[in-house]
Amino acid sequence: MELWYTEEHTPDVRFSIKVSEQLYNGKSEFQQVDVFRSNEFGKFLTLDGLMMVTEKDEFIYHDMIVHIPMATNPNIKKVLVIGAGDGGTIRELTRYKTIEQIDMVELDKLVVDVSKEYFADSTATSFDDKRVNIYYEDGLRFVRKKANEYDLVIVDSTDPFGPGEGLFTREFYGNCYNALKEDGILVNQHESPYYDVFAKAMKRAHLRIKEVFPICSVYQAHLPTYPSGHWLFGFASKQYDPIDDLDADKWNALGIKTKYYNTELHKGCFALPNYVKEILANVN
Amino acid sequence: MIQQNKPNQDSVPLQKALIDYRLNRIVSFDVPGHKQGRGNLELTDFLGQKCMSVDVNSMKPLDNLCHPVSVIKEAEQLAAEAFGASHAFFMVNGTTSAVQAMIMSVCKTGDKIIMPRNVHRSAINALILTGAVPVYVNPGTNEKLGIPLGMAFKDVETAIINNPDAKAVFINNPTYYGICCNLEKITKLAHEYGMKVLVDEAHGTHFYFGENMPMTAMAAGADFSSISMHKTGGSLTQSSMLLMGKDVNENYVRLVINLTQTTSASYLLLSSLDITRRNLAINGKEVFAKVVGLSEYARSEINKIGGFYAYSKEIINGDSVYDFDVTKLSIYTRDIGLAGIEVYDILRDQYDIQIEFGDIGNILAIISVGDLLGNIERLVAALTDIKRLYEKDKIGMFDHEYIPPQVALTPQKAFYSETTVMPIEQTLGEVCAEFVMSYPPGIPIFAPGEVITQDALNYVEYAREKGCFLTGAEDMTIKNLKVIKK
Repeated sequence: MELWYTEEHTPDVRFSIKVSEQLYNGKSEFQQVDVFRSNEFGKFLTLDGLMMVTEKDEFIYHDMIVHIPMATNPNIKKVLVIGAGDGGTIRELTRYKTIEQIDMVELDKLVVDVSKEYFADSTATSFDDKRVNIYYEDGLRFVRKKANEYDLVIVDSTDPFGPGEGLFTREFYGNCYNALKEDGILVNQHESPYYDVFAKAMKRAHLRIKEVFPICSVYQAHLPTYPSGHWLFGFASKQYDPIDDLDADKWNALGIKTKYYNTELHKGCFALPNYVKEILANVN
Repeated sequence: MIQQNKPNQDSVPLQKALIDYRLNRIVSFDVPGHKQGRGNLELTDFLGQKCMSVDVNSMKPLDNLCHPVSVIKEAEQLAAEAFGASHAFFMVNGTTSAVQAMIMSVCKTGDKIIMPRNVHRSAINALILTGAVPVYVNPGTNEKLGIPLGMAFKDVETAIINNPDAKAVFINNPTYYGICCNLEKITKLAHEYGMKVLVDEAHGTHFYFGENMPMTAMAAGADFSSISMHKTGGSLTQSSMLLMGKDVNENYVRLVINLTQTTSASYLLLSSLDITRRNLAINGKEVFAKVVGLSEYARSEINKIGGFYAYSKEIINGDSVYDFDVTKLSIYTRDIGLAGIEVYDILRDQYDIQIEFGDIGNILAIISVGDLLGNIERLVAALTDIKRLYEKDKIGMFDHEYIPPQVALTPQKAFYSETTVMPIEQTLGEVCAEFVMSYPPGIPIFAPGEVITQDALNYVEYAREKGCFLTGAEDMTIKNLKVIKK
């Protein structure tokens, strides 16, 4: 008998992975949490049936959401991470000795618990780092109480259809702006430009960020297990330009070994296909 | 009182009949012509096959709303029991039709009815239909917040003593803002004078099912209550109920309802009433405890932002604010220098948050059975952000003088008289033939049959300057007014 995990990327497109066993199945007050094992992607975590992280391709996402802002401003000391329950973003951040404090706000404790249990040797390696404080609460609630406090906010959230919805709103970005210092940076997972429903979410997020931050760009990466495989990240900031302010030599001198990110890719990933540029130009 | 967890409240006769109808695969040679959706595939695709398959006509197994003898009758009986009423009518033309039916059931041409001036226009429309004569009571105003209150007991008493021939007292309870008056005491007094008590309880469905809620009309002994099940109860838009107390002739009320009610009542609306009634009867305590929790949480967080004032039971004064509905999230905004209507617009245009309304001083968010904590967080965060971006110097509150209306003709007489159109500034001393309402503050400035006074004209001018939304008249710009031809 064959067992397949299937996610509907659209009502007419399905993405399947052959599963060797289901390792975990549980439900929190927010969502359904599952862990599977597969030959192709190793262990993977899904929330409400949607792919969150696989052992095999998680490095792409976590490299890109962390090293782009860190290479743009190597003086980042205090970081707020919203979501990120699998731990991969925290793992990458803790590789920077210069970072002094990482506050992580995850809505669902179950995601962290399950990740600690099943992804202890891949993503969930650094929750115990002394610099990391974990808060289990609504990201929007947490951030609206902060002012002028963080150098970097990373929004490592689920899609804006479900518990992650509040993290794609004007009120969220506005309160993030307020929580950031005067040279602060916001990076978020920015959905995909390809399939309609994701492209709509992407446009909406871009519009709302643009209304709040003076500098906004979008960069891309190739994520094999996310819908269409073509995924975007948002870079918004009060002062730093992600390309002009990149100090490649300084970052390379840190000696951080990465599997996806490099400083050449840093410059290149902001170069977008024409159809994506068009979508973004027409956002209003 | 509320009769929760009674075993028969678990049954849904109307829903069951519709399910049976669907299973029996009846061949229909009756209306509606879409025949379970097959004749209108686009609509079926949009609304769903399940929905279309029960959009059916009255027939023997499904009963008839105009003359209920089986499943509708049972469903209405269950509803009456759930609400503690002697009878409940299912209404399919909104609470407007319930308000009109209760007024038309007790008032004939020339009969007086005592009512606050801040009634919903459906009540004054019913006066046009019946020819009844309004005796208005000043609802009073909270000066800081600029909101109309409930009728003070003394004011109602004065109106009753001065008009002992009045047939009924009409009460708005709770108001849009959640203000409740002393229903029990007013009801008792009205009954002593032989007057019927009609309550517009459109915003009070939850009072019947939640715990520690303000007094309900039925518990207070009122004769009628109009209930918007769809507002805070969760049924489909336009579905409502008319509840009756023990001394009302149900059969006469049915005749009155049938004067204007459709003979093709929608089974979607009717079944939504049946299913909603069961849910509220069984789960109401829990549901509204959650609603109160969300609302109280929102209030406490909003009050911590500073500058916004989300008010609650502290405005109770024992009379014109006898009680307060804590599920209502009313927020005073002028201390951050913004009118409520401005905050309302910003929330919708910039933050994708639609709230119920904004007036000069306040916004109102309806919290109900369908709300999620995450959405409350969005509202609180948006208000935090609005304060950061838009805060200005405080603006002075404008004076909400109550203008005592001079009723020269009944609304009906005025509505059907010969009229002439005049520029509004020339209408002093004329008798108005139409409505002019300003939202805010929600009190009609003119109603048909009232003498136009300088005070009222000044008020219209003032409201216009402040950017208020003036509505009601035929000339939508309110530059001209229809008055009675002399």
